[in-house]
Amino acid sequence: MLYREAGQFKASYAEDARIFPIRQDRIGFWVLMLVFGVAVPLLTNEYWLKAILIPVLIFSLAALGLNILTGYAGQLSLGSAAFMAVGAFAAYNFMLRIDGMPFLVALVLAGLTSAAVGIVFGLPSLRIKGFYLAVATLAAQFFIVWALVKFPWFSNNSSSGVVTAQAVTILGYTFESPEAKYVLTFLIVAFMALLAKNMVRSSTGRAWMAVRDMDVAAQVIGFRLMRTKLLAFAVSSFYCGVAGALYAYTYIGTVEPEGFNLDLSFKILFMIIIGGVGSIMGSFLGAAFIVLLPIFLDNVVPALFGDALGAGFVSNFQLIIFGGLIIFFLIVEPHGLARLWQIAKEKLRLWPFPH
Amino acid sequence: MARKIGDVIVDLQNISLRFGGVKALTDISFNVKEHEIRSIIGPNGAGKSSMLNVINGVYHPQEGQIFFKGQLRKKMEPHEAAEQGIARTFQNIALFKGMTVLDNIMTGRNLKMKCNFLQHALYWGAAQKEEIAHRIKVEEVIEFLEIQDIRKTPVGRLPYGLQKRVELARALAAEPHILLLDEPMAGMNVEEKQDMCRFILDVNDHYGTTIVLIEHDMGVVMDISDRVVVLDYGKKIGDGEPDEVKNNPEVIKAYLGTSH
Ligand SMILES: Nc1ncnc2c1ncn2[C@@H]1O[C@H](COP(=O)(O)OP(=O)(O)OP(=O)(O)O)[C@@H](O)[C@H]1O
Ligand SMILES: [Mg+2]
Repeated sequence: MLYREAGQFKASYAEDARIFPIRQDRIGFWVLMLVFGVAVPLLTNEYWLKAILIPVLIFSLAALGLNILTGYAGQLSLGSAAFMAVGAFAAYNFMLRIDGMPFLVALVLAGLTSAAVGIVFGLPSLRIKGFYLAVATLAAQFFIVWALVKFPWFSNNSSSGVVTAQAVTILGYTFESPEAKYVLTFLIVAFMALLAKNMVRSSTGRAWMAVRDMDVAAQVIGFRLMRTKLLAFAVSSFYCGVAGALYAYTYIGTVEPEGFNLDLSFKILFMIIIGGVGSIMGSFLGAAFIVLLPIFLDNVVPALFGDALGAGFVSNFQLIIFGGLIIFFLIVEPHGLARLWQIAKEKLRLWPFPH
Repeated sequence: MARKIGDVIVDLQNISLRFGGVKALTDISFNVKEHEIRSIIGPNGAGKSSMLNVINGVYHPQEGQIFFKGQLRKKMEPHEAAEQGIARTFQNIALFKGMTVLDNIMTGRNLKMKCNFLQHALYWGAAQKEEIAHRIKVEEVIEFLEIQDIRKTPVGRLPYGLQKRVELARALAAEPHILLLDEPMAGMNVEEKQDMCRFILDVNDHYGTTIVLIEHDMGVVMDISDRVVVLDYGKKIGDGEPDEVKNNPEVIKAYLGTSH
């Protein structure tokens, strides 16, 4: 009936090792897939798809990328947006320069390009940790954006580096309508989230978490620090790169290097802090929260207070709320919304008899 | 007893280790034989932990040579020591705090797992099969150490004594040839100590695992060790069977502290 696991006995380790060991979670997962994959594009309007749902999906993917690196492997990064830029401009150039390049192949190549750049900028992590590593990734952030502006080749000599994404065509079908673009984005993001979940629940993920929690013990057990950290940088950058390419191709259409600035990197970092560090679902919750909050405030604050507060107030108010929430989550609940959701589930599992 | 003590498996010759001006180990030679329980004792700061760190490649001594199974060992990194079948536990528990007991113990099997990250990402097929095969091995260790009911608990929530046990489980999951234990019973009550002793003896007996043990409880050491080496201020002051060491005047002096 409700959220109960009574009577569900696991007869084998295979069952116990499932992604969702509890039946209600499995059902919930498929319901979510149907709602967001089928019902949402059928029932919502263009505004919701273009301004909310597609960006939430794309930022979720970027947040997922950062979460792999920071949440699972424990390497702090402030360069997520730069890796999105690499993905966006790589996809643009593969589409532009190779005749008949299929979109999905370009997407994978964009991810791989970003992964390669990620490995290069991950090299300092072999020497430095924490705050100092964050500063090193900041260098990646500024260098990559600078390079994309400096060398006009990347933007095919367009003025100020602005490029327009080519049409997205798969097997002769062109994805033009917001519905089509949404479904495509949804399928790619859902698939990549599944791959990420699989990685973090097997030996790859355990290696990342071991290095995060206690690197000397991880080495003594036989994990190779260099390999493990660089793999985290590569996979993380791959995810950010694909997110960047989708950002250009299924979200805004025209991008410029400066669009992928430090602000965006911080935004993605806030997503994982609010959503949940070290949680796949948290990446989605955090992205949804950060995309929805300003829209919510834009509509609610004027409705409550009228124009009395002035136009600048709402945007400042938004910053205050972000700041407050981030401090709250860092201090009170470092595992973010995902953890709050988990606590609610645990309560529900025992409800109404809490003992 | 079924086990028979075999040949020398680790041979340390004239090891000296310094940290800046601090001489942690000075010209120490001793060996470990296959299947034995070899204890290292000595007062605080004597260099016992440093000795283990030298054996498994965490510290690199400035002087001396290490022979492993008769071969001169080059400068070795910890993960290479792990590949040679050396596992260990730490004096200050070094579990992976954000992971469950089960995941912690599963990490112990990483060197035996062959799938790569792409296979993990796709999971169904080879990776799943491998995961389950190793889970079965891990469950054997869990059962052996009697920690079935805490498998899914995050290790951070466990009391100290159980954390020590989980750390032993993680080391055992690697099926090591040589097990280095750094004060596995420190901070335990009598009952927990007895359990730990039993586990160590059982591992040694059933699997023939060679054990190098650091322990402060003299009763335990004299009871279960085959041979004991005594360090004081980074120097070796005694080496031999428990009875021999117990009656060594230098050892008695170090422990009674008459000379300092
Ligand atoms: N990484 C290090 N850096 C600097 N000095 C060290 C380091 N490791 C150990 N030492 C020093 O080496 C000496 C021996 O330390 P070690 O930890 O090996 O002693 P121990 O016999 O294990 O002591 P205890 O019984 O307190 O655990 C000490 O003086 C210690 O301060
Ligand atoms: Mg010590």
